[in-house]
Parts: sequence; C-alpha cells; structure tokens
Amino acid sequence: MPLLELREITKAFPGVLANDRVSMRLERGEIVALLGENGAGKSTLMNVAYGLLTADSGEIRVDDQPVKIKSPRQAIDLGIGMVHQHFMLVEPLTVTENIVLGREPGRYGIIDFATARQRVREISERYGLKVDPDAKIMDLSVGMQQRVEILKALYQGARVLILDEPTAVLTPQEVTELFRVVRSLVDEGLSAVFITHKLEEVVAIADRILVMRDGAVVGETTPGDTDEIGLARMMVGRDVVLRIEKGASTCGEAVLTVADVHVLDDRSLEAVKGISFSVCGGEILAIAGVDGNGQRELVESIVGLRRPSSGTITLKDKDITRANARASIEAGVSHIPEDRHRRGLVLEFDLAENIILGDHRTPPAAKNGIMHPKAIAELARKRIADYDIRTPSEHVHADNLSGGNQQKVVVAREIGRDPDLLVAAQPTRGLDVGAIEFVHKQIIRERDAGKAVLLVSLELEEVLSLADRILVIYEGQIVKEFVDADADAETLGYYMTGGGGSKFASDGSNVQAIETPPTGGNE
Amino acid sequence: MSAAEERPAAPRDWASIAQKVGTPIASVVLAILIGSLIMWISGYDPVAAFAALYQGAFGTPKAFGDTLLKSTPLILAGLGLAYGFRANLFNIGAEGQLFMGGLAAAWLGLMLAGQPWFVSLPLLILAAMLAGAAWAFIPAILKARIGAHEVITTMMFTYIARYLVSWLVVGPLKSPGQIPQTGLLPVESQLPRIQSLFSEATLQAMPFLKLGRAHTGIFVALIAAVIVWLVLKYTTLGYENRAVGYNPFAAETGGISVQWTTVKALCISGALAGLAGAVEVMGVHHRLFDQFSSGFGFTGIAVALLAKNHPIAVVPAALLFGALSAGGGTMQLMADVPQKIILIVQALVIFFVAAEGIITYFIKQRQKEVTSHAG
Ligand SMILES: Nc1ncnc2c1ncn2[C@@H]1O[C@H](COP(=O)(O)OP(=O)(O)OP(=O)(O)O)[C@@H](O)[C@H]1O
Ligand SMILES: [Mg+2]
Repeated sequence: MPLLELREITKAFPGVLANDRVSMRLERGEIVALLGENGAGKSTLMNVAYGLLTADSGEIRVDDQPVKIKSPRQAIDLGIGMVHQHFMLVEPLTVTENIVLGREPGRYGIIDFATARQRVREISERYGLKVDPDAKIMDLSVGMQQRVEILKALYQGARVLILDEPTAVLTPQEVTELFRVVRSLVDEGLSAVFITHKLEEVVAIADRILVMRDGAVVGETTPGDTDEIGLARMMVGRDVVLRIEKGASTCGEAVLTVADVHVLDDRSLEAVKGISFSVCGGEILAIAGVDGNGQRELVESIVGLRRPSSGTITLKDKDITRANARASIEAGVSHIPEDRHRRGLVLEFDLAENIILGDHRTPPAAKNGIMHPKAIAELARKRIADYDIRTPSEHVHADNLSGGNQQKVVVAREIGRDPDLLVAAQPTRGLDVGAIEFVHKQIIRERDAGKAVLLVSLELEEVLSLADRILVIYEGQIVKEFVDADADAETLGYYMTGGGGSKFASDGSNVQAIETPPTGGNE
Repeated sequence: MSAAEERPAAPRDWASIAQKVGTPIASVVLAILIGSLIMWISGYDPVAAFAALYQGAFGTPKAFGDTLLKSTPLILAGLGLAYGFRANLFNIGAEGQLFMGGLAAAWLGLMLAGQPWFVSLPLLILAAMLAGAAWAFIPAILKARIGAHEVITTMMFTYIARYLVSWLVVGPLKSPGQIPQTGLLPVESQLPRIQSLFSEATLQAMPFLKLGRAHTGIFVALIAAVIVWLVLKYTTLGYENRAVGYNPFAAETGGISVQWTTVKALCISGALAGLAGAVEVMGVHHRLFDQFSSGFGFTGIAVALLAKNHPIAVVPAALLFGALSAGGGTMQLMADVPQKIILIVQALVIFFVAAEGIITYFIKQRQKEVTSHAG
C-alpha cells in the first residue's frame, strides 16, 4: 500500500502547464528521486503535495485514502514534511525553539522547554542527527540549518520527507552526512522524495527514479537499470556531455591582479588574510575551498561590494581597490553572485527588468535617464532564446520562474554583458545537466575569446572540469596551487580541509611545487 | 520546444490585476459594512447616514467640488508617501514637509507681490517643492549615513516644522490684526477656483462646472500623479528606486548606490509633500496659519497604502478619503450621526488595507501562494 500517492495532478500557471496529469506513488521505506530539467515541474508537484499550491485537478491519497491538502498545516497533520532549499527558520531563535515553533508542548500558553528540549534530543539521537539544541540558528552552518529543518519535520511527525534540492548548498562532506541521515530515516520506515540535479547523487541514494519533462512524467527507472549518462539522456532528450572538453589555455596579459589583499567580514574579523594572485586573459582560475574560508569576502572585494582593509586590486592597468560595484561593472567586471535570491535578482521585478540590472543606465536599456521598454524587451527575448530560459514571456516575474531558470537569468545577464573579467560564484547552482553543459561552454567561450574568468565553486567536479589553474583557499589564505591536470578531487579535498597546513607563501614563487598528500592523491 | 512556448503568453494576466484592485476595494466595502454595523449598534441609521454622506460628497456640483478640494492635497501627499514606500522608506513626517512647502509658498507669494501670475505661480510651486525636499534632506542624510530610521527623524522634523510655522505666524510673518496668520496672498499667487475660469454664461449652460471652492490645484495634483507614474515606470531614477525598495542587496550588486537612492527618494517624497502644502495655501486659504493642514500628510499614508503605492491609483484613493471628509459634515447635519464616525470608517479602511492577509483570506478561501521557489 503506497504511503503517498499523487494521481493525475494538473496545475497550470498563466502561460504554463507546470504539471500535466502527473502521477507518482511512494511506498513505505522508499526513496524516490525526482529528476528533470529546469522548469519541468518538480517543485510544483511537491508544493502541491505539501499544500503550498492547490492542484487544478487530480487526487492525493495518503495510506490509500483520498485527502485534500490545502495548506502545509494539513500536510503536516497527514505526516508530510518538506525541507525547502531556502530554509524557513527564525534566525535569532534557538534550535529547540525553531523545532517546536507552532507545536509547543506545555499548557496555558506557557512553553515547557524542558520537555521540548528532551524530545528534540530524543529525535536527534534516534536518527543520528546531531545538533546542539541550544545553539542559535544564525550561528549554524547551512548544513546544520538543514538538519534543523529535517528535525523539525520529524518532530512534527513526518512520515514522508520531501527534500527540494537539499544538496545544492551543501559541501561534499555535508552531502555525505545528509545521505547517511536520509538512509537511517528510511531504515526506520520513513519515506523520502529527493529532488536534485546531480545525477551521481540520484544513483547513490534513490530506490526509484522518476524523470519529468515539460510538466509530465516521461520515464521511470532504478539506479540498477541505468547510469548517469542514461539519466541525462532521459531528462534532456539528447546526449549530454557531462565533462566538457576544452583546449589548452593561452595566457595573455594579466587582467586581474590581486596583491596582498586583506578583507574583513561582517563581524570585522579578518576573513581574507593576505591573498595574492593574478588571472590572465584567456584563463579560468578557480578558487576551491570549503564554504566560509574567505572566498565570499574575497569575491566581494573584487567586485566592489566590500573594501579591502589593505592590499591592491588591479583590473588591467586600472586600480579598482576602492571601486564600488558600479565602477566595477563599468570597468568591465561581471559578477554571478553565489546567492541568486539575495544578490542576483530582484524577485519582484519581471525577467526583462532583471536582465538589465547593472546595465540599466546605458544603451540599449536607457539613455539620458529614460528607459527604453521596447529595446529592453528585445534584449530580454534574445537572452531568453540564447540561454534557453523557460518562461512564457519576458514579463514573468522572476519570483515565478523555476529555481534553475532564475539562475539562468543571472548567468545570461552577466555573461551576456561580455565583460573583461567574469567573477562566477557557484554559476551552475540549481541548473540541470543540460544547462550546466551550456553554461560551461559559455564560460569556456569567454576564456577562448581572451577574457579572464575567476571561478569560485564548492563543486569539485566543476572546478576540475573548467579550471586552467586552481587555488585552494583555507582560512583566508591560499594554501595550494594546482595547474590544470595536476589536480584530482581527493588531493583537492585534502588541501581544502586544511591538510596542507595554513602556511603557504602567497608570493607566487613556489607555486609550481606540488606536495604529495599522504593518501590516495595520485592514481 | 517546451510546453510553455506553444501556449500563447498571457499578456498581463488579468487574474493578478483583478486581485490587486480587488483587495483595496474589498477593504473599503468591509470598512463601510463594519462602520454601518457600529452606527447601527450605536442607534443610528447607517443607510441614511451613508446616503447623506454621499449627498455631501457627490450630490451636487458644489459638493463634488468640496470633495475635489479635500482630495487635492491628499493626492500629492499620497504620491509622496507612495514614492517613498517604493524605495522601502516610510516618510511618516510628510506633514512636516507639507508645512514647509506651505510656508515657502506663502512667504514667497508675499514677496512676489506685483509679479504676473505666470512668474509667481511656477516660482511658488518650485519653492514649495524645494522646501519640502530640503526638510526631508536631513533625515535622508541621517538615514543614508548612519542608518537613523526615517520614521523617527522625519517625525521629529514634523514637530520642528509645525512649531516653526506657529511661531512665524504670531511673529515675523504675522499680518496686522488679532488673528495669528500671514497677510493675504496677492491674486497672482493664488490658484484660481475652477469655476472662475468660465464665464457666467458657460456656467449657466453647464451647471456641473459650478464646483464651488474646488481650485485648479487639482490639475497640478493630477499632472503630478502622471509624472510620478512615468518616472517610476520609464526612468532609471524610478527603476533604481524600485530596485532598492524591493531588494537592496541585489540593487547594490547591480551597481546602484543604496544610500544615494535613499536620499533621492526621501527628497522627492518631501518635494511632493511640500507641493501639497503649497496648493493648500495657494488654492484654499490664500494665506498661512498654523492650522492650515488638517493632517493631510498623515492621511496621505492611508492614501498610499490603499493605492498600494501605485501613483495612478493614488487619485481614486485620495478621492475616497476626500469624499469621506467632505461628506462627513453633511452626514452629521442630515442624519444626525457624529462626524467622528467617519474617522472610524477611515481607520477601518486603513486597518483592512494593512491587514491584507485577512482580506485575501476573505476573497479566496485558500492559502496565499507563498511558494518561495526551492531550487
Ligand atoms: N508561482 C508561479 N507562477 C507562475 N508560474 C510558475 C509559478 N511556479 C512555477 N511556475 C512555472 O511552472 C513551471 C515549473 O516550475 P517548477 O518550479 O515546478 O520547476 P522545477 O522542475 O522545480 O525546475 P528547477 O529545476 O529549475 O527548480 C516553470 O515554467 C515555472 O516558470
Ligand atoms: Mg525547483
């Protein structure tokens, strides 16, 4: 008897049929992976199951009984929990407070915190979800916050856990942890729906795989019956190159030069502790590191969002150390921010308005302070076509685009500007394999056109397949440099987690020296 | 390719427009219904009361003229508030800027005695806008530089402005006589009444033009509404204003200076409020005294809220509040309902607009789609 069953779910938005008679079922103790291109309708389907959206037609059954789910509250009562990619936690509250929020034990409006903490601890021990019940959410890492979300769902009695792209913001170590947790949940008889674009994850964790395209289910398979290549083909409908081939780089003059830069973070602690490097035209330089080792502050200082406390940053011959974001854009720097919702997009703006953000003062978007809606719409349509952004029109609010298509808007805007230097932080976060292939090709094309690319990514695969040169950042310093073919994932991981110690001269003299890590570094 | 492209793109989807317009209208209807209930419980006849109110606001050309008269400063103040709200700024002190605008217009009007109207009218209007902007400038700088909240600072500046005007009209600017007020503005500095633009014969032939005290300031207000709308929609200034209001981090990343945009927004908001003060002085009282505004700057907040900060929608929203205030007197007279009841209705409108969630709930019995896109 399926635990959760969706029958013939149909959901239309203006101009889009997001779900077209989609059916799926979820057995007890099963992990179903939902796979599909950006905009295929995965999030919509799960939002229907969780009561965030109401289907136009179709039926939802829980334990073989037809149910109506009109709000998340009802979904929770039926044992359905969902963890969104953007967490919905209250930052200043503690873990326990967040978990019991809305379901506080106690009477007469007085919360029994002892009981609450006790129950949180029980659940967290039972499923191996270790977390400090008294920590404040804002002090936790992303991975930990996600764990709190999962705990919250379990506390509320979830039997079905829906995870919408849970790994997009996690480091590889955190992904491994998450998988372990999900498996232990399933062993306890729970079930999970797992949305992801990372095919190796699908193969690793799913019992069954459902592939969606254009709002409909186009196939079902199991990890035993297919591999990543086969999955990619099912999703996109063609063969996808998972690792792009690129020619050798021809290093021209230095485009970006960073010299002994120190940068403070929001709490005025030194996050970047004297970094020097340069990127030349025709080169992709990747900065690899575990999240929170100073790469965010480094990027912000280069693109004019944060002033370095000392050091200099030069673009070609221009000193941009003290440039603001506008000056930086005008000097020829493009920036794909790591968080599209926070820095990349104005969600309330439509797609066309977002496409010109940063270029909104200059032709074709505007002249002498007057905007040109026709020219803007035309530009937007061109970007939509070039970057395969799936949307009914250029006037759709960014808010209403699927996650991956939002990312494509940011990428299209920043690469479309044709900058001298492209600073790309997590450029393919949330993109499907086809779109990743496309964006990678674009980045390589920029490089081949003699532009400089600075790539910051937590995805080792991405770093390895794109970079001509890799710098490993650890605790605000460059601890290692790899030149193209010298690197492999394990060696990289070793240095990223501090294996090389935090001392490494950043004067560039000994950059070619490659130390051999103790284990399994080279095959 | 994708299913989306085969379907005709929804041009501007009507459902969402209907919802945008529907919420404020529902708020007003609910406010009137609950206001009626309160009247009924208090022993008054709500039907008679609202009939009288309607009569007093729209029943005759003269009554409609009064509604226009009251609406004029409300449109301008509402525009100022709306422009600020679009940058996520709450210019709660519009009343102070309005006072400074009125002061500037009155003072300059008296100075410019003897000048022809085509010199003095534009100069007065310009001066009032500059005065309003200047009064907002210091709170704006404080906000941009040290993050002082504009709700506190603009409010404090309102007190300063009001006391300044009170002092000036008993002191330096006082005209001879008992009453604390300035002298009368020269005719060239007054905004003429609408009916004075037409000959007696025309008014006889078209009696609907006998709009009583309504003055040409309403055209200033309407033009301002169109200009603000155009600015927000078609200029980089408006684009940056909206971007900062929606998402300052993305705006900053896109090279927009959040601080500078804040300063500009608050000053423009102040300029519009100053203009509201000017039309009130130039069109209604023709002089300055310390009670010349009956809280238009504050009612402007409600107007902007009801209009959902859309400059064109500010016009009907201001008309509604203008009508409530113009018709209130007639209601008291004819239906014997205390005028204060009108304040309750106004408060209810504000309450329901602000509590949009409740209205949305009433309109459709389903949860608002708060889907933040995961992934
Ligand atoms: N609230 C909404 N209003 C209008 N259209 C929407 C809304 N939500 C989703 N859509 C549209 O429905 C389609 C499916 O979106 P959905 O978010 O389900 O895609 P997805 O499979 O999750 O994609 P991704 O992998 O990019 O996250 C998209 O074309 C999207 O633009
Ligand atoms: Mg999605």
